[in-house]
Amino acid sequence: MRRYVEFYLASMRVSILSQIQYRVANYFYMIGMITEPVIYLVVWSTIARQQGGVTGGYTPGTFAAYYIVWTLVRNMNIVFTPYGWEWRIREGNLSMELMRPMHPIHSDIAFFAGWKFVVILLWLPLAVFLTWVFKPTIDVTWLEVVVFFLAIWGAYLIRTMLLSLIGMITFWTTRVSAIFELYFGLELILSGRLVPLTLMPPWVQNLSAYLPFKWTFFFPIDALVGSMSPRELWTGIGMQVLWIVIGASFLNVVWRSAVRQFSAVGG
Amino acid sequence: MSSVITISKLAKHYQVPEREGGLKAAITSLFKRKYRTVKAVDGISFNIEPGEVVGFLGPNGAGKTTTLKMLSGLLHPTSGEVSVMGYEPRHRSHDYLRQITLVMGNRNQLTWDLPALDSFDLQRAIYGIPVEQFKRTRDEFIDLLELKDLVNKPVRNLSLGERMKMEFVVALLHRPKVLFLDEPTIGLDVTMQRRIRTFVAEYNRRYNATVLLTSHYMADVEALCKRVIVIHHGRILFDGDLSTLVNQFSSYKTLSLTLPNPEVDLVKYGEVISREDGRVTLRVPKAQTSQVTARLLSDFQVDDLTVEDAPVDDVIDQVFSQKEAA
Repeated sequence: MRRYVEFYLASMRVSILSQIQYRVANYFYMIGMITEPVIYLVVWSTIARQQGGVTGGYTPGTFAAYYIVWTLVRNMNIVFTPYGWEWRIREGNLSMELMRPMHPIHSDIAFFAGWKFVVILLWLPLAVFLTWVFKPTIDVTWLEVVVFFLAIWGAYLIRTMLLSLIGMITFWTTRVSAIFELYFGLELILSGRLVPLTLMPPWVQNLSAYLPFKWTFFFPIDALVGSMSPRELWTGIGMQVLWIVIGASFLNVVWRSAVRQFSAVGG
Repeated sequence: MSSVITISKLAKHYQVPEREGGLKAAITSLFKRKYRTVKAVDGISFNIEPGEVVGFLGPNGAGKTTTLKMLSGLLHPTSGEVSVMGYEPRHRSHDYLRQITLVMGNRNQLTWDLPALDSFDLQRAIYGIPVEQFKRTRDEFIDLLELKDLVNKPVRNLSLGERMKMEFVVALLHRPKVLFLDEPTIGLDVTMQRRIRTFVAEYNRRYNATVLLTSHYMADVEALCKRVIVIHHGRILFDGDLSTLVNQFSSYKTLSLTLPNPEVDLVKYGEVISREDGRVTLRVPKAQTSQVTARLLSDFQVDDLTVEDAPVDDVIDQVFSQKEAA
């Protein structure tokens, strides 16, 4: 256990130092990324104003809060993508990772976790700017802040598991992009990324309750900007833990099979 | 003494899809695929004793890397048995991985944007190396490879040779007992190759590590390996001392002589390979070496004469061509 803690700390440190080298590139990347939520925000704020100031319980101010927090959650949700798996197998880097006495997933989680600290630092001025422009309405309690902090890391882990599972398809086929695009489409609709889930039809909301996507976007954002009860907040964290466990279990099973495949054909 | 590496009838066969070019063949292959079996490794057996440094030689596609990958657990054998220090490599148990290393000349483990010291520290965490041992080993390797002025430079600013030396430090920080080295000096200049060879030899001496080395540079093999295993088309052609290989397969020797008049006609004594700075090099059939030497000494005023075995590169070529012909 101690070895893993030391590894995570060392790897996160290396990641932070690497990302600081590319701070300007990271900043431009983040600025580019806020285009998406700003478009959603402008569209929904306009609709809310046209409907007398409120739509689906959201005012322009609460929409602003939702999408500003969205920008941080989105950055926290960046993980090692299926394209990364494709690359590491094609280039033979997986072989070197398999030679380590440690599952490669730890390396992925630790590296991107380190990046998050850089991202949060870079996000703060952007959040201040967006707040100044869009005037969000937000009223938070300490419990919501604590749950939000836990939930963004939970979202990160759930998405890591899901995209690693998709990435492992590359052990059998080198073309994973079609499945990734399908995942991306489902996530857009069922996660709260495109629009707060409470604005979606009831059947979409019901469906999303049984799928992992909601816990990677809507839940963390709503934990901070919504008005969930303490029970709902902790239940949400519990659901995230459940999806992390389910994801990790699937990952373990698929990984064993994937490594057998890799060991049969080489890389 | 029990062997560190034991391989028995080890084989790795691949099913490779194949089809002819053209649209018709492409459509046909959608419904009926043809496969060909490629025997990358075809029933090889050998043992390696503790502390041995063995050269694993063969042309491209001979099965060297496939064997090294099976030994390191990256590939599962099709048949046969492999045991390294009593472990079955294909299980890739963490205990096993902590005691071996695989260095591939075209792969790297260093973080590109950071000084190598940061990669060393990460490696310490991965292998759970005690801090004191880590510092001692790191400093020892930095000293041996003369890296003191380079470890603080970002890896991207290092030359290929400097990076390779750093790769060796990273790969050996956990002090593995068995080293699988796959073309570790590929692309390096002569000086850097020599430095790497010296380092491997020193590591072997200090830690009694067992080394299996593939290299296309015979200088690596000559400097490090007493024993060589020659593999071709997945089968072992020779396993024994390098000197035996040279004796067994070399059909000629090289005579170098310094003459007052180096332009003299020497065709009747052997094949003239070169004439440089007053020194003539002749290739002479091995069986006639003594006779030709005696004739040269009696026919000319020879200032200096040396007789050498054929270069190992030529001997290896000879092995392959003899076996191909057979």
